Amino acid sequence: MAQSLVKEFTKGLWAEIPLFRLVLGLCPALAVTKTCENGIGMGMATTFVLLFSNILVSMLRNIIPTKVRIACYIVIIATFVTIVEFVMQAYTYELFLKLGIFIPLIVVNCVVLGRAEAFAGKNTVMLSAADGLGMGIGFTLALSSLGAVRELIGAGTLTIWGGTPLFTIGHGYIPFQFMVEGPGAFVGLGMMLCLMNLIGKK
Amino acid sequence: MGDLFVLAISCIFINNIVLAQYLGNCPFLGTSKKMETAVGMAMAVIFVLVMAGMITWIVDLYLLKALDVEFLRTVSFILVIASLVQFVEMFLKKSIPGLYAGLGIFLPLITTNCAVMGVCLINIKEEYTFIQALVSSFAYAVGFGLALILFAGVRERVVLARVPKALQDTSIGLITAGMIALVFTVFRGMV
Repeated sequence: MAQSLVKEFTKGLWAEIPLFRLVLGLCPALAVTKTCENGIGMGMATTFVLLFSNILVSMLRNIIPTKVRIACYIVIIATFVTIVEFVMQAYTYELFLKLGIFIPLIVVNCVVLGRAEAFAGKNTVMLSAADGLGMGIGFTLALSSLGAVRELIGAGTLTIWGGTPLFTIGHGYIPFQFMVEGPGAFVGLGMMLCLMNLIGKK
Repeated sequence: MGDLFVLAISCIFINNIVLAQYLGNCPFLGTSKKMETAVGMAMAVIFVLVMAGMITWIVDLYLLKALDVEFLRTVSFILVIASLVQFVEMFLKKSIPGLYAGLGIFLPLITTNCAVMGVCLINIKEEYTFIQALVSSFAYAVGFGLALILFAGVRERVVLARVPKALQDTSIGLITAGMIALVFTVFRGMV
């Protein structure tokens, strides 16, 4: 039991890391990763939703009729997204403003619905929780690494938390602004995927 | 009338839903490998988005705001969209089988297209009137279709090129999309 728990948890971190291997959840990945901080915030919000929706879906898996399961999953997910929205509005207001419309849009993030449909609807509560947590942390890792790369190249800084840069490249560095602009998001993610392919399959 | 025209132009080009607002990227990459599927998806999105934009606007004003339960917006919008897609599917299957066969598998996929939900939320956030919401929904959908069809055209050519192994498929697709997005930034100074 413990072994399979670890297996389900770790697969989300590398072998099936949502953004790079499965290429799901692209929209938030492209839109909010201007800074590393935004990536971490978005990743944590998604992790929360993933974990709890997986747990609830898995608990209700024998009660929900198969025909209307997608609608039920979406309502469960939307409930947790609403909770996250209010928690962020109360405690991390600046981040809430920066992420804007992308917090309610976690509802239509295919990673969340995909895990509910592919995993939580068929497995026990403990396994689903491990899967949700692993996938969420993997998604956070992917978002924050993309954010870090874009911020470092595009602005010459690295912000982890709280809005003030943790680290700034020396004065001689001229930021390559393309990377923090819209088109840079696509190119940056494309290059990261290429890097993942180079490192090797699984 | 002039204002509405400016709104439409800015929604299609300047704030293009895929390339400038990053919404609806999953279907953008997923259905752009062939021109045929791209056109099908574009049509389905235009159809659903216009209807969803109108219905969610009405729901927001006469249900959520009237009853003071705006915190239910996320839940109610996604339910409206999901049931609308289901309803449109059944309606088309019965009364316009030709169109149904054309749109086919793209209809159910639209439920998880964040462009639809995103535009509905933008309409509310920008406090558009009903007519403005209608125009913006249609224009955003046209912008989505335009970007998708352009991208599919480029991608069909990329298949013929010799791409390094590590860059193949999605990776080169994203970089291509980045180049198209770069072209679209030129529109920024227009309005």
